[in-house]
Formats: sequence, structure tokens, C-alpha cells
Amino acid sequence: MDDFQYHAPSSVDGVLSALRGADDGKVLAGGMSLLPVMKLAMAAPSDLVSLRNVPGLSDIEDHGHCLKIGACCTHAQVAASSVVRERIPALAAMAGRIGDPQVRNRGTIGGSVAHNDPAADYPAACVGLGATIITDRRKISSDDFFGAMFETPLEEDELVTAVCFPIPDRAAYAKFENPASKYAVAGVMVAEDSDGVRVAVTGAGAGVFRVAEMEAALADDFSADAVAGIGVSSDGLLSDNVAGAEYRAHLVTVMAKRAVEACG
Amino acid sequence: MPAVTMKVNGVSRSAEVEGRTLLVDFLREKLALTGTHVGCDTSQCGACVVHVNGQSVKSCTCLAVDADGAEVTTIEGLANGADLHPMQEAFREHHGLQCGFCTPGMVMSAIDLVNNNPDPGEADVRQWLDGNFCRCTGYHNIVKSVLAGASAMGGGS
Ligand SMILES: Cc1cc2nc3c(=O)[nH]c(=O)nc-3n(C[C@H](O)[C@H](O)[C@H](O)COP(=O)(O)OP(=O)(O)OC[C@H]3O[C@@H](n4cnc5c(N)ncnc54)[C@H](O)[C@@H]3O)c2cc1C
Ligand code: FES
Ligand code: FES
Repeated sequence: MDDFQYHAPSSVDGVLSALRGADDGKVLAGGMSLLPVMKLAMAAPSDLVSLRNVPGLSDIEDHGHCLKIGACCTHAQVAASSVVRERIPALAAMAGRIGDPQVRNRGTIGGSVAHNDPAADYPAACVGLGATIITDRRKISSDDFFGAMFETPLEEDELVTAVCFPIPDRAAYAKFENPASKYAVAGVMVAEDSDGVRVAVTGAGAGVFRVAEMEAALADDFSADAVAGIGVSSDGLLSDNVAGAEYRAHLVTVMAKRAVEACG
Repeated sequence: MPAVTMKVNGVSRSAEVEGRTLLVDFLREKLALTGTHVGCDTSQCGACVVHVNGQSVKSCTCLAVDADGAEVTTIEGLANGADLHPMQEAFREHHGLQCGFCTPGMVMSAIDLVNNNPDPGEADVRQWLDGNFCRCTGYHNIVKSVLAGASAMGGGS
């Protein structure tokens, strides 16, 4: 790994000015995605700006209609939070199945959404639950935030500070995981609220996507049978040594059925 | 070069490190604590697990500078003189190791499990060890060891 300048400022403003002063600065949160990439020499930032000394980014607040989760909340913290478990149990369960305990002890929600790995779980949770990504300067809806793999509308010097999740009437996440890494081979979040049903898929494609046909069918009849006959096209789905595109397409329907069943 | 100070196995240690120095390299190379192992370069195997402020973390995927001011416990910090920690003793008693390469990480991870869940069942142990790979044992005796270690710990270290 190439060396870099390390900064650990103690405010959001300090983070932003360190990023602006760097040639190619990157935020460091839990490091569970960034450091592996740097160890493999697939990234070599000039500066790393750690969030470890910035206060106030690890709170979980219940705002009645939504939960606001600070960017530096770890996956372990979200999984164990009594508020999240009570208000959006599907989200706590999803966080508790990310990677392994050591990944969950360090990895953060802010890092996960900013990284937008096509096999990560949070993108499906955010899009499925209709979350809003909050940064130091604006609010971005999940539908607009998650682009193709690793792409987001974040500026080079923009910091995710929190993610707000509306409280669904019911929701569940089902994932078929890679047995070694636990990343999603196909993961589906299904959620229903007064606006309708959302179905978001991660792991299968080049980025998280919604399945409109399933959403319409579930709005009509919220049952596993309603999605059992709906397939997604394998065109453009990922294909690798774990699963081919057609198998991934098959898994999307199976995971959608399981998620609907788990909604109760 | 940045200077870091952390309490390692109860003793305050300081050194100058590069920004890129990983916690595992600080422990192994600066402090000669070679019980913490490196088994992969993809953050998956768990041979490097240590405790930072009481939580198990992969020291190969943590910068030494990010652990400045922390309390770190490594496998060397568990035994009390010649008396093994109950989890170490359980691994010895139940043949929870063969070559031993994965063992320090297994033991550190297992103790964190018991600190979180004082009375784990077999399924809890197997799921918790998701991030600890063993090429030798087939896990059976590791699971037995962790269950025995958990009851010997009597609900947390
Ligand atoms: C073995 C292993 C297994 C894993 N399994 C899974 C899995 O099953 N499911 C899953 O979803 N993930 C998995 N992950 C990834 C893990 O969840 C990461 O923690 C997460 O993707 C990134 O969070 P982080 O805090 O570690 O971010 P970092 O690695 O610190 O940062 C990642 C990227 O986001 C940027 N960034 C970080 N925080 C912010 C912020 N607040 N604002 C703006 N930019 C920011 C960084 O600059 C960097 O580009 C796994 C990782 C490992 C090593
Ligand atoms: S050395 Fe393999 S996870 Fe750290
Ligand atoms: S005992 Fe050899 S790797 Fe586990």
C-alpha cells in the first residue's frame, strides 16, 4: 500500500477542508472497503481523512415517521439497537447479517452507501425502504443516490452525515450470500407503506435496482404467490465464478418470495 | 511520521509509524507481538483478530494511527503467567487446533462472542466464527472448544 497523509480532524468542517486541501483525498470510516482496496493497490489516495474524532455521527434518532442513523454507526450498532429492532426490524436483521462480526464492528452505514458496492446490503435496504441520504450540504433520495456500481452523486469533498429511513408497515430482507464473504449474490428488500410496495434488488446487477412488475403485483395481492411467476431478465446481470446471470435472475424471484413470506 | 500511543496488553506503547502502517504490522514488527497472524490479503480469514477497546477487529484492516489512544489486547495478553485464559485452556483441552495458525484469531474472536453472549449455543458459535477460517480442523473441535470455553468463562471475561 502506498503511503498517504493521514488526518483526523474533530469536526465536519475540518473533514471538508482536509479533503479540499488534498490532491486526491478520501474519507476513512470503518476502512472495511477502502483499506482492502488500497491493500490490493486498486486505490492510492494522497490523503486519508479519518472520521474517528468527529463527534455526533454515531447517533440513532427516532423522529416518529423515520429513523435517522448517523453515518458512523457501525453495522453491529444498528443490528443491536433497540430502537431499530423495534421500529424497522428488517433493517436491524439486515445489518446483523453483513459480513462477519469483525466487519460489523468497524464497517459503517455511511461508508457502505458511499462505496455503493453492487453486492452490498445497505443499497437494497435504502432503496427498498425509500431512505434519504443526508450529506453536509443536501438530501438525496435513494432512487437518485445509487448509480451503477461504485457510482453515487457525491462530490469529491462531500460527506454523508446520516441516512433517514421512513418506518414501513412491514418489510423484510432475504439474501442468498456468498459463503466466504457474505456479500449478496442476490439480496431483495421488500417493504410496504402507505405509498405502496417497493422491491429492491442488490448483488444481482451492476447496481441496486427496483422491480416494478413485482411492486405492482404485491400492491394488488401481498403474497409470495404474487411474485412467484415474475422473473427478471438475465440481460445485464452479473456473472462470476459464484453464479451466472441466469442463476442470479432465478435467485431474485426466490429471494423476493422469501422476503414477502418473512413480512408475515 | 505520525506518532501513536496505545495501551497494548495493559502496557502503554508509543512509536513513530507511517500513515499506512497497519495495526497488525505495528504489533508484529514494532512490538514483536507475533502471536497475531496474517493469513490473507482480502480481510476475510480472521487470523489477525485482536481486541480494540474491547471489541474484536481485524488488525490487518485497521490503521495503527486510527488506533491511537486505544486499548488493544492480543493473544499474548490473555494468560496470567503460566495460567492460560479459560478459552485458551478449552482449545488445548478439546483439541481445537492442529497447525495453530488460525488459533490466536479464533480465541480472540471467541472471547468477544462470550462477552456479547455469555451462553452461546452451537449455532451462535458457528455463525459468530463466519470471519475466522481454519484450513485444518473442519471446525468441529473449535466449536466444542468455544462452547467449553464459554461455560468456563462463566459469562464474560
Ligand atoms: C470480509 C468482508 C465481508 C464483507 N461482507 C459484506 C456483506 O456481506 N455485505 C455488505 O453490504 N458489505 C460487506 N462488506 C463491506 C462492509 O460492509 C464495509 O464496512 C462497508 O461497505 C464500507 O463501510 P466502511 O465504514 O468500512 O467504509 P470505508 O471502507 O472506510 O470507506 C468506503 C468508501 O466510502 C467512503 N466514505 C466512507 N464514509 C463516508 C462518509 N460518511 N461520507 C462520504 N464518503 C464516505 C470512503 O472514502 C471510501 O471511498 C464486507 C467487507 C469485508 C472486508
Ligand atoms: S489477515 Fe486475513 S483477515 Fe486479517
Ligand atoms: S488449525 Fe491450522 S488453520 Fe486452523
